[in-house]
Amino acid sequence: MKRLLKGGRVIDPANGLDGEFDVLIDGDRIARVGKGLPIDGAEVVEIPAGFLVTPGLIDIHVHLREPGQEHKETVATGTASAVAGGFTAVACMPNTSPVNDNANVTSFILGKAAEANLARVYPIGAVSRGQKGELLADIAELHKAGCVAITDDGHPTATALLLRRALEYAGMLGIPVIEHCEDTSLKGDGVAHEGFHAAALGLRGIPGACEAMGVERGILMAELTNSHFHVAHMSARASIRGVRKAKEAGISVSCEVAPHHFTLTDEALGTPIPYDTNTKMNPPLREAADRDAMIRGIQDGTVDVIATDHAPHHLDEKNVEFDRAPFGIVGLETCVPLTFDRLVHTGIIGLRRMVELLSLNPSRILHVPGGTLSVGAAADISILAPDLAVRIDARALRSKSKNTPFDGWEMRGGVAATIVGGRPVYVNPAAGVAL
Amino acid sequence: MSTEAPEQGMGLPPATSALRHKDLLGIDQLSAGEIALVLETAVAMKEIGSRSIKKVPALRGKTVVNLFFEPSTRTRTSFEIAEKRLSADTLSIAIASSSVVKGETLIDTARNLEAMNPDMIVLRHASSGACHLLSRFCRSAIINAGDGMHEHPTQALLDAFTIVERRKRLAGLKVAIIGDLLHSRVLRSNILLLTKMGADVWVCGPPTLIPTDVTRFGVRATSRVDEAVRDADVVMLLRIQLERMEGAFFPSLREYFEVFGMTEARLALARPDVLIMHPGPMNRGVEIASEVADGPRSVILDQVANGVAVRMAVLYLLAGGVEHEEAA
Ligand SMILES: [Zn+2]
Ligand SMILES: [Zn+2]
Repeated sequence: MKRLLKGGRVIDPANGLDGEFDVLIDGDRIARVGKGLPIDGAEVVEIPAGFLVTPGLIDIHVHLREPGQEHKETVATGTASAVAGGFTAVACMPNTSPVNDNANVTSFILGKAAEANLARVYPIGAVSRGQKGELLADIAELHKAGCVAITDDGHPTATALLLRRALEYAGMLGIPVIEHCEDTSLKGDGVAHEGFHAAALGLRGIPGACEAMGVERGILMAELTNSHFHVAHMSARASIRGVRKAKEAGISVSCEVAPHHFTLTDEALGTPIPYDTNTKMNPPLREAADRDAMIRGIQDGTVDVIATDHAPHHLDEKNVEFDRAPFGIVGLETCVPLTFDRLVHTGIIGLRRMVELLSLNPSRILHVPGGTLSVGAAADISILAPDLAVRIDARALRSKSKNTPFDGWEMRGGVAATIVGGRPVYVNPAAGVAL
Repeated sequence: MSTEAPEQGMGLPPATSALRHKDLLGIDQLSAGEIALVLETAVAMKEIGSRSIKKVPALRGKTVVNLFFEPSTRTRTSFEIAEKRLSADTLSIAIASSSVVKGETLIDTARNLEAMNPDMIVLRHASSGACHLLSRFCRSAIINAGDGMHEHPTQALLDAFTIVERRKRLAGLKVAIIGDLLHSRVLRSNILLLTKMGADVWVCGPPTLIPTDVTRFGVRATSRVDEAVRDADVVMLLRIQLERMEGAFFPSLREYFEVFGMTEARLALARPDVLIMHPGPMNRGVEIASEVADGPRSVILDQVANGVAVRMAVLYLLAGGVEHEEAA
């Protein structure tokens, strides 16, 4: 079957395209991109003026929780959330139960993803067996089964030696090591950014240096091993500084920032809801200077990727004392509105850069398909509505969990539709694209 | 009983007419006028405590639950006496933190209590923000009797009452607070209260125990104890938690006493009529020398006595607040 997307603004940085083009989809592939393409028996989809047609967005940091924590999220609900958020693919973290440290778990996840048949799912394997930080996981086996990177996310890789070996081994396979950067001794039992707001609320602090220590360690190991090191969910200004310098030195390092870290600060700990556990994540919301450094890094190219660190938790787990609550928030369905509202409409980045951060760079870092609308590529396409008025309603999220600090937020910019392999998997009724 | 006869010369800003809050979660939420109201009301409450029949019917028919997740004989007893003097029906529940682990959440506990329809819950809990959490799920008025490292508002109110009783004012006094600042809820409530009332607040302790950005509270911070004590009107010592401090935050208790312990020699730098305060329980020979604790300038036992009057005032005023909201 053929579909012709007509009249949208196509933004495809990989091919240097930004303008009004038609996109012809044939089956699961992109057949043509051009001006005024003939209909030629295709089903015509009129794209409203001002809407964007972009290569499918890819979120490289998602916790799908399955197997083992299906009360928080499943591959099916997580990918439903992904496509509603405009993502055609997600990479999922290995800290499930059991841990994704062997091909059986990887295959299980891929099986669930095929069943759900929504977004593409790229599993990420563990660095160490059971994520225990002692012995290397079966990394080549994981890679063969479909893992696109390795990480012990949830925690930092236990030692510099283990990280070194993981980088060397992953380098052989051409996959990156993704690191949750944190010095555990500095973190201690901290629950919030170490600053005025944590002090005022009597919450134990986690200094920015705690993350930057992990970033610097990883950069040194990347230099030593000549392998690709990717910094997950960066939050501290000292971390950005480290990555910027490492890139200048030609070290193979990349990094991601989550929307909550370019949007919120630690002030959210106390207001509007004091001790709202939906403001508790790791790394924590930091002070304004850190948040501003994330924005500058996004603007100047130091930051490669926007990734959500989508971390679903059940209401009962979050409805407890702040220090007892688990870290993390859901992010898949709030990422595009926050990116438009906070970065694009404020003039910090242009649309081309937005697509690089959310699609092209993610595909390049993980060496996965997508990130482009090139002829012959999989027809993974996001249709975005930059001026759509969006109101976040936590209860209406597709994710099984509703733990978001953005409930009730009104923003400009959202998702109109999501197409995976030529097949519409999400259509936002509020946006008015007939698919 | 009347609250409209504040003693002459309390030296406080004009009191508000009522405490228009459902809960007392912290000093953070109180204005200077509301603090003055509590302190002035406590004068009348203290008078009740000096009578031969120490009971008034102000809270007759009201049920107050004292819910203590941390052991605290001193604070719990003080609240219990205050409640009884106001004729409330009281119930004290002490829950060992071990039994909480079994799965019943704070919210479960609160909902079970709410089913019995109490008017007020006095909560002591090891987690900062536990009272805020409870107040979001409870109709009852919540009184914070100490939440983690956050606030202990009635302690700050009774400290202020004790100072005003002796000095007839708070504004302009130099108050030095010395000890474990980092983990202290007493510190946070006290600096909020004292700065709102115009005192000149100094905090002092080893750098390892000074909270981040503490000067943003409008206080001065130093690790030089002489600087903090010099010309002080009030020296308030905070408890050092023996178990987890030694070796981690400072080398030894002996060294702590050497550098920060309050001795007669150090107090010579303070004003001659300096007041010595401690929220208790004290570690003699660690943060305070016995001769200072038991000396003529110590008002530590006054603090204990005033605790009852101040808590009576808080209970009384909040109960009025409840009536007020129901009528509205
Ligand atoms: Zn992480
Ligand atoms: Zn994560």
